[in-house]
Amino acid sequence: MESLLQPILNGVLLGGLYAVIAIGMSTMFGIVKLVNLAHGDLMIMSSYLSLVIVAWLGVNPLWSLLGVVPVMFFVGFFIQDFLINRVLGKEMEPPLLVAFGLSIIVQNFLLLIFTPDARSLTTDLAVKTIPLGEHLNLAVLYLVDFLLGGAVILAVYLFFKNTYMGRAIRAASDDEMGASLMGVNTRKIYAYAMGIAMMTAGVAGVLVGMTFTFYPHTGPQYLIIAMGVVIIGGLGSMKGCLAGGLILALAQLLGAHFTSPGYQLLFGYGALLVVLGLRPQGLFGGKI
Amino acid sequence: MTDILEANNLQKTFGKLVAVNDLSFEVKEGEILGMMGPNGAGKTTVFNLLTGTYKPDAGRIIFKGQDITQKSSSKRCRLGIGRTYQIPRPFDKMSVFENLLVAAVHGGELKEKHARGKISDIMDLTGLSSVKDRLAGGLPLLDRKRLEMGRALATQPSLILLDEIAGGLTEGETEEVLKIVKEIQKRGITIVWIEHILAMMSEGVDRLLVISEGRWLKCGNPGEVMNSEEVLQCYLGAEEE
Repeated sequence: MESLLQPILNGVLLGGLYAVIAIGMSTMFGIVKLVNLAHGDLMIMSSYLSLVIVAWLGVNPLWSLLGVVPVMFFVGFFIQDFLINRVLGKEMEPPLLVAFGLSIIVQNFLLLIFTPDARSLTTDLAVKTIPLGEHLNLAVLYLVDFLLGGAVILAVYLFFKNTYMGRAIRAASDDEMGASLMGVNTRKIYAYAMGIAMMTAGVAGVLVGMTFTFYPHTGPQYLIIAMGVVIIGGLGSMKGCLAGGLILALAQLLGAHFTSPGYQLLFGYGALLVVLGLRPQGLFGGKI
Repeated sequence: MTDILEANNLQKTFGKLVAVNDLSFEVKEGEILGMMGPNGAGKTTVFNLLTGTYKPDAGRIIFKGQDITQKSSSKRCRLGIGRTYQIPRPFDKMSVFENLLVAAVHGGELKEKHARGKISDIMDLTGLSSVKDRLAGGLPLLDRKRLEMGRALATQPSLILLDEIAGGLTEGETEEVLKIVKEIQKRGITIVWIEHILAMMSEGVDRLLVISEGRWLKCGNPGEVMNSEEVLQCYLGAEEE
């Protein structure tokens, strides 16, 4: 029984990281109905940005968040305002194609600058553990991932609930024309929403870079994780993101525990199929 | 009275359907202009043209002396045009107060601190105070209609377009709505009001404009317009030989 506690503990903590990876994607789907296929690549771009800051200033990767997060806001704002807004309202395919093109550009840009070598954001937190029992240890880095991820989700939730910009974003996501007639400049609001989504991707990128190795083509791997989380939790739902992250991570780690680590993905997406079969709209999604 | 709004030779087609056909009219500052016409006459399309939901194929819209024909809906709202919908469409997942706050802060360009006082006044006027914390999606029809008017008022408009605001309400509720509309006029806000209820139109408006098949048919004193031959013919059909 005690041996089972370790994958459960790791699964819960990893679930927090998965949730913060997915929250930006979920937000943009909820607001603009945009499936941002470049989400994973932009997240990995922020891992590289952190790498540059760490190499330049010699600080702990967590301090690099002070630079990464604002830069990612402007990246997101620019992408939405100058690229995606221009093709919104013209069926579903054009925004998808723009995002897909962006994904290819970001991957190749990173490849050109940083070469295909695997990188990581080194931190001494990676080797620290807190013993909780004879066979049970708490990985400090996973704990940081979970706590920071949870804080990001809480901050996004409070922002949407309590700020004038957050209320405008919710209004525009509920009824774009209605919001326009209330004086809301919906296209600008979408740009701010994308900026916020990219800020969360920035945090996720730094955490992922500290926890795992990354290289220019790692983005789609995290896009798939984000999609899994968003589909399990329900498109556009913040609670769903947290639940989806926990379920996906637990299914992966418990599956690996009972079989072999090679089957991790199989179990994760098995869980996704089960949820889809029982509740096609996801755990917290509205009716389809 | 000066004209607050002028619609000049407006034209809007959808495929082969001519929804609005060379329509011109003006709205005088401070008045309530009623707008009537049979189903499909193009009344709501006219509202959609005035608010920027649709862009006209031809014609111009002048609001407070400024050509707003190419301006976005949000810009027109901030310039002072508010509207309500025939079927209320509040932000369902937000509370009544939040609905009004979005309108006041963005449309009315008020700071949140000042907006709260304004909203309190609007809730008193429209009778929404008792439901201010309820989600808009769960409100009964009368409260949804009140919220439509409240949101339009919160944008600090000079002109409000009311689209069948009394539609679907009981007689008592309709009277309540009429009182609110009259109170809005007393505050110096100009109103254009689409309605099918004849009694409300004759009692509630200063001038009446009737359109048919997207064209101007008659405009003037409500009693005279309703009894005019053109309007009777339009509603009752041509007399058979």
